[in-house]
Amino acid sequence: MSIRESDGGACAVGGRIQHLKARAVLVDMEEGVVNEILQGPLREMFDSTQLLTDVSGSGNNWAVGHMTYGSAYREQIVDKLRKAAEHCDCLQCFFIIHSMGGGTGSGLGTKVLSLLEEEFPEVCRIVSSIYPSAEDDVVTSPYNSVLAMRELTEHADCVLPVENQSLVDIVNKIKQMSHAGRPGSVIRRDSTLISGQGGLSGAEKPFDAMNNIVANLLLNITSSARFDGSLNMDLNEIAMNLVPFPRLHYLVPSLTPLYTLADVSVPTRRLDQMFSDSFSKDHQLIRADPKRGLYLACALMVRGNVHVSDLRRNIERMKPSLPFVSWNQEGWKTGLCSVPPVGHSHSLLALANNTCVMSTFMELRERFTKLYRKKAHLHHYLHVEGMEQSMFSEAVGSLSSLIEEYYLLDATKGRLVPDAPRLRIAR
Amino acid sequence: MSIVTVQLGQCGNQVGPEVFDVISSDALEGQKKAFCAAARERFFHQTPRGELVARAVLVDMEPKVINHSVSRAAKSGAWRYGEASHFSQKQGSGNNWANGYCVHGPRHRDVVEELVRREVERCDRLAGLMAMMSVAGGTGSGVGTYVTQCLRDTYPKSFILNHLTWPYGTGEVIVQNYNSVLTLAHLYQLSDAILVHENDTVHRICGRLLNIKHISFGDVNRVIAHQLASVLQPALTADSRGAYGRNPLGELASALSCHPEYKLLSVCTVPQVPSSSMAYSTFSWPSLLKHLRQMLVSNTKMEEGIDWQVRPPGGSARTGSPAGSGFNRSLANLLVLRGKDVYSAETGGFEDPALYTSWLSPEEAFSLWKSPVPFNKYEKCATLVSNSQALLRPLDDMVGKAWNMFASRAYLHQYMKFGISEEDFLDCFTSIEQVVSSYSQLH
Repeated sequence: MSIRESDGGACAVGGRIQHLKARAVLVDMEEGVVNEILQGPLREMFDSTQLLTDVSGSGNNWAVGHMTYGSAYREQIVDKLRKAAEHCDCLQCFFIIHSMGGGTGSGLGTKVLSLLEEEFPEVCRIVSSIYPSAEDDVVTSPYNSVLAMRELTEHADCVLPVENQSLVDIVNKIKQMSHAGRPGSVIRRDSTLISGQGGLSGAEKPFDAMNNIVANLLLNITSSARFDGSLNMDLNEIAMNLVPFPRLHYLVPSLTPLYTLADVSVPTRRLDQMFSDSFSKDHQLIRADPKRGLYLACALMVRGNVHVSDLRRNIERMKPSLPFVSWNQEGWKTGLCSVPPVGHSHSLLALANNTCVMSTFMELRERFTKLYRKKAHLHHYLHVEGMEQSMFSEAVGSLSSLIEEYYLLDATKGRLVPDAPRLRIAR
Repeated sequence: MSIVTVQLGQCGNQVGPEVFDVISSDALEGQKKAFCAAARERFFHQTPRGELVARAVLVDMEPKVINHSVSRAAKSGAWRYGEASHFSQKQGSGNNWANGYCVHGPRHRDVVEELVRREVERCDRLAGLMAMMSVAGGTGSGVGTYVTQCLRDTYPKSFILNHLTWPYGTGEVIVQNYNSVLTLAHLYQLSDAILVHENDTVHRICGRLLNIKHISFGDVNRVIAHQLASVLQPALTADSRGAYGRNPLGELASALSCHPEYKLLSVCTVPQVPSSSMAYSTFSWPSLLKHLRQMLVSNTKMEEGIDWQVRPPGGSARTGSPAGSGFNRSLANLLVLRGKDVYSAETGGFEDPALYTSWLSPEEAFSLWKSPVPFNKYEKCATLVSNSQALLRPLDDMVGKAWNMFASRAYLHQYMKFGISEEDFLDCFTSIEQVVSSYSQLH
C-alpha cells in the first residue's frame, strides 16, 4: 500500500469538515485501497487531482515500481505534486509514507522521493518507512527493501523506520493489558494507541491497529506545528538537530504511553514512568534497543500539561544510563506542546539517532544475501527495462557502508575521548 | 525619551510581553505621577483613547507565539501591542542560525526595517533600541543578529542594547552552542551592551528562592522580566540632576561597556521571595546590599548558598584572581536601588577598589541609580548590573562544547547548506576565544 502525503506549513482552511482538503497526493498502482478511501468517511478530503492509480499493481517488484511506473508516470506525478504545493502559502516539508517490502510503495515511492528532491530541492523530505518483518509473506521483500534503502540514504533528509514486527508486538501487549482485567489496571476506553480514537471508522480492519500507531507517530511529530506550546519544535528543527551527518538520518521512534489507565489522577511518578518507558526496548517502533547502542542525538516531544522542570528532571535522571557520543553529551532536543493527544493527559514521542539501527540493517542485509546468493527471483527484476544487476550490488554496497559508518561511531562508545585542544589567543 | 523594543523569535516574543506587563503594572499602581509618566513615555505611546500601546516590534518566522502574545496583551486590558507592529512567516528557521541570518533576515529586511522605523518615528525622542532574543534557536539568534546589524546601519548614533537569554546547559536545542557562538561573535561588533540571563540561573531562582514546584517557562520569563524592568524603569542617575534620567540605555552603556572587548553584562536582583511571603518579610538596605556585594564577589547569582569565604585579594596583590579562589573581578558595576528610604542606603562597599580592575578608579567603575518608588510590589529592591567575570564560566563551557562538535564536523552540512562556511565558523570561534581570554585575564 502506498500513500504519499505532502504537508504544507499552514493549516488547511477552517470551517466544517466538508471544506477541508488534505494536502496530499495518493499514489497506488492498484485501485483497491484508494477506492476504499474514496468511498469511506474521508472521501470529501480528496479529489481526483490528488490521486494517481493504475490497475495492475507492481507485483511486489521494486524495479517495476521504480523504473517502469516511475518513467511512465513521471510527468503526472510532478504535475500533481506541483499543484499540491501551489495550494500552500508556505511549504514547510514533505512527508512520504510508504512500505519498503512491496513494489509500489518501495519502488515508485522512492522514485517520488527523488523527484521531490529534483523539483523542490530546498524543501525538507521526511520519510516514514514501514520495514517488513522477518516472516513477511512477500518473498522478495528483502530485495525491495535494500533497493529502496539506497534511495532513502541518498535522497531523504530524515527517515523514521518502523518495523511491522514491533507494531505487532505493541498491539499484542495492549490487547493483553485490555483483556487481563486486573483490578486497578482497567484501561480507559478509547485511549490506547491503537484505538483510532479521533478517527472516523468504526469497524476494525486488519492492520488497523498497527496503522493507528504510525498515525499517532505522525500526529505527535506535527503537534507543535498545529498547537501552541511553550517550546515549539517543528519538523525542520527535527531534521536540523537530529542529523549530524547527511547520510546518518535514520531516527528510531518510540511512543508512550501505549494506553491510559482509567485511574484519573496522574501522580508525578506516572509522568516519570512515561519517560523511562520511552527508552525501553518495548516502546521502540523498530526491534532495536537504543540503550545498547550509542546516541548521536535524541529528540523528546512532550505533549500535555508537562512543565519544563519535569522535562529537565527526567533528562537528568535518564542521562547516566544512556550513552551519548563524546561530542554530543548533551545532545537533547526538546519540545513542549500544550495540547495532549485525544484520550491522554500527556504523551511523549522520542526520536533517537542511535547506532542501534545497525542491527535492523544488518538483519535486512542478511535476508537479502540469503536470496541474492542463490540469485532467487532475480530474473523478475532483471527483465524490467532499465534495471541492471549492478543496481543490486550497489544497493547492498550502500547499505554496508551505512552500517560501517554507524559501526565506527558505535565503537567509540565507552571510550574516553579527550576534548579537542582549543584555539590559543596570542596576548 | 523612549526605547523601542524588537522582540525576536519565540523567546523574545515570550519574555517581551512579561516585561511590558511588569512595567505597566508598576506604572499604574497609583504611584508618583512623575515616575508613571516617565515609565509610560519610555515604553508605551498613548492613543487618543488613553490606551497604552507598547513601543515594540514583534518578529518571528512562525506565527503562533506572536499571535498568543498579542492576544494575551489585548485581553489584559492594561496595555496592548500595536495592530500592525508584528511580522511573521510560517515556516520557522529550523533552529538554524544560518537559515535565520542568511535567508530569512535579508529576505524580510525591508518589512522589519519599516516596522521599526514607524515605531521610532512615534517617539518624541529616541533613547535607543533594545533587541530581545535567545541565542539557542534559529530565529532569535540568526534573524536577531541580522536585524541588529540593520539597526546599527540605520541608526548609527543610537544606543543598541541586546538582551539575550542563554539556554539551559543541558540541551534545549542540540546545536545551541553553535548558534550561540555565531550570535555572540557577530553581536560583539554591533551591540553597545549585551545583557544576559541564563535559563539555568533563573530556573534555580524559581525553585530555591521562589519555591515554585513545577517551574514553567512562564515562571522563568517572569523572573527575567522583573530583573530587566528593575533596571529599565525610570531612575535618578548622576547625570539626571534630580529628574528621572532620560537616557537609560546611553547611561547604562557608558557606565558599563567602557571597553570594546568587554561587553557582557550579568544581572542580580535582591530580594527575590515568593509573593506569599512578601507580607511577612522586612528588608533592610544594609542587609540587602551586604548580600548583593558578596554575591558579586563570589559570583553567586542568587541569595542562597553564598560563599562568604571568598574575598577580593588584599591590597597590592593584583596579579589576577588566584586559581580556584572563586573571586569574581569586576570591570564596572551599576547598582539600581528602588523603594523606601533609598536615600539612606550606604553603598560604599561597592566602591572598594579591590573589587575592580586597576585601570579604572572606583568612581569611574561604579555607578548608582536610585528611585524612591517601590518596584513591582517589593518595598525595597536592589539590582546589580555587572560587567565582570560572572559569565566567563558559562561562556567558556559553551565555546568548549561547540568546539568539540566542530572538531568532529558534526552538523556543519546543515549550516553550509545556507551559506555559512567553515571559515566563518573559525572566525567566530576566534572572536569568542578572544572575549574569553580578555575576561580571564582581568586584573
